[in-house]
Amino acid sequence: MISARTLPRLFANANSRPLSLADHEETFRPTGAVGSLLEELEASGLVGRGGAGFPTSRKVQLLRAQRGHKYVVVNGMEGEPAAHKDFRLLSTNPHLVLDGAEMLASMIGASRVAVCVARDNPAVVNHVERAIHERAPRNHGPSFDLHTPPWRYVAGEESALVHWLDDNESLPQFRPGRPHILRIGRGATLVDNAETCANVGLIGRYGAQWFRELGTAEHPGSVIVSVTGAIDHPRVLEVSLGTPITTILQSVGADPHPQAVLLGGYGGAWLRGEELATPYCNEALAPFDLSVGAGVLAVLPRVACGVTETQRVVRWMAHESARQCGPCAFGLPALAEDLAEVARGGRDGVAAIKRLTDRCAVIDGRGACRHPDGVVRFVRSSIATFSEDIDNHLRGAPCAGSRSSQHYLTVPALEKESELVWE
Amino acid sequence: MGVIRRTGQFVLRVDPILCDGFGHCAELAPELVHLDEWGYPIISSEPVPTADIGTHESARYAVRGCPRQALHIIKIAPPRP
Repeated sequence: MISARTLPRLFANANSRPLSLADHEETFRPTGAVGSLLEELEASGLVGRGGAGFPTSRKVQLLRAQRGHKYVVVNGMEGEPAAHKDFRLLSTNPHLVLDGAEMLASMIGASRVAVCVARDNPAVVNHVERAIHERAPRNHGPSFDLHTPPWRYVAGEESALVHWLDDNESLPQFRPGRPHILRIGRGATLVDNAETCANVGLIGRYGAQWFRELGTAEHPGSVIVSVTGAIDHPRVLEVSLGTPITTILQSVGADPHPQAVLLGGYGGAWLRGEELATPYCNEALAPFDLSVGAGVLAVLPRVACGVTETQRVVRWMAHESARQCGPCAFGLPALAEDLAEVARGGRDGVAAIKRLTDRCAVIDGRGACRHPDGVVRFVRSSIATFSEDIDNHLRGAPCAGSRSSQHYLTVPALEKESELVWE
Repeated sequence: MGVIRRTGQFVLRVDPILCDGFGHCAELAPELVHLDEWGYPIISSEPVPTADIGTHESARYAVRGCPRQALHIIKIAPPRP
């Protein structure tokens, strides 16, 4: 058994190779003193680790009330280019994720589990495939299938993932009312992030009390953080919720007093360097209108130019739009154009910043999924955070960072629009 | 059929995936819809009382006139006394 108060939990015994089933059983030996799964899950207060932070037990109860065939989908797509947590988790402790999925399936009465990993990452696909194969002889629960949709930013969105499983297209669906039950065929589907499943696996073995030993009262447990940006090597580490952000940065050797840190991924928002003593959990971040999201901390150093970095990310995000909804397909490239104009500065820039705020208000909340909302949130937060820098750009005296060719927020290369793969 | 209860409220809703920006709705229901710079509808999310016959009629026209059938009227039941 792994002890409750120490980290790592999810990465216990982590190695460069995934734990075999025997090693996994050895590492995470159940204690037996655990009540009914659903009660434990409810008492644990686990919220989804995929970004939205929806309470997992509520989701499970919603699905329990459904009738007929049901499915569990493990979302290991990792749409965020800045995040590596699901890939790391699936290539170190795949069985913990599969255990959690099995428990979720038994709770809602699902007969099949679909594990989704982007096909652009063949190593992880292999690890998961081997893990599923390893379990097959002693599997008495649901049947596991591995699915490999193409990697796109929006393909990891839950409705897009279910759409892919149902109809082979990684496009988000329109869901007029929420909460909305997603369906494969007629079967109700429970979609949970891989990290959430791994946490369910731990709760099922050790119980809610054990789970609550780490983290804050409102947001218990640990969370996997991907630190990127101004750091030698991007790092993935597990921290207890409520750890101050400066401590996290120090522990991976990043500058603890950078210009700003991007939280929650490319649909997230910036936290200024002066505010980094904030504990890393949703209730402490809420006053800044931030959340833990997908667990990304992208460090922007003082030498970097916030405007240029934002422009590059928004241009890529606009390119990653599924081009289904007009406000997203046309609005996001327009935002990227405006930002480029602001970065160039001068008189055009003054008009561009006005247009930018107007367009943000027009686009917000008008897509089928949350992709445009995320970009708008990011742009708004950049305007607020880098207001001094933007003023300098508009005065025609841009910062030195904007002339440098080094960038800190990594974005994949833009593909040709005709070459984008959605199925 | 044909009977419309004039109680409660309604909102006009668009399915953004189906919508292709034909813009007919803005002409058929100008009191509810205006278009953004790319020609896609911005619909007021304020519930309108169904008793407002003129607005409800134009919302119905907009729903029927949409070439992509992307518009829906969502009825909001009146609060029970």
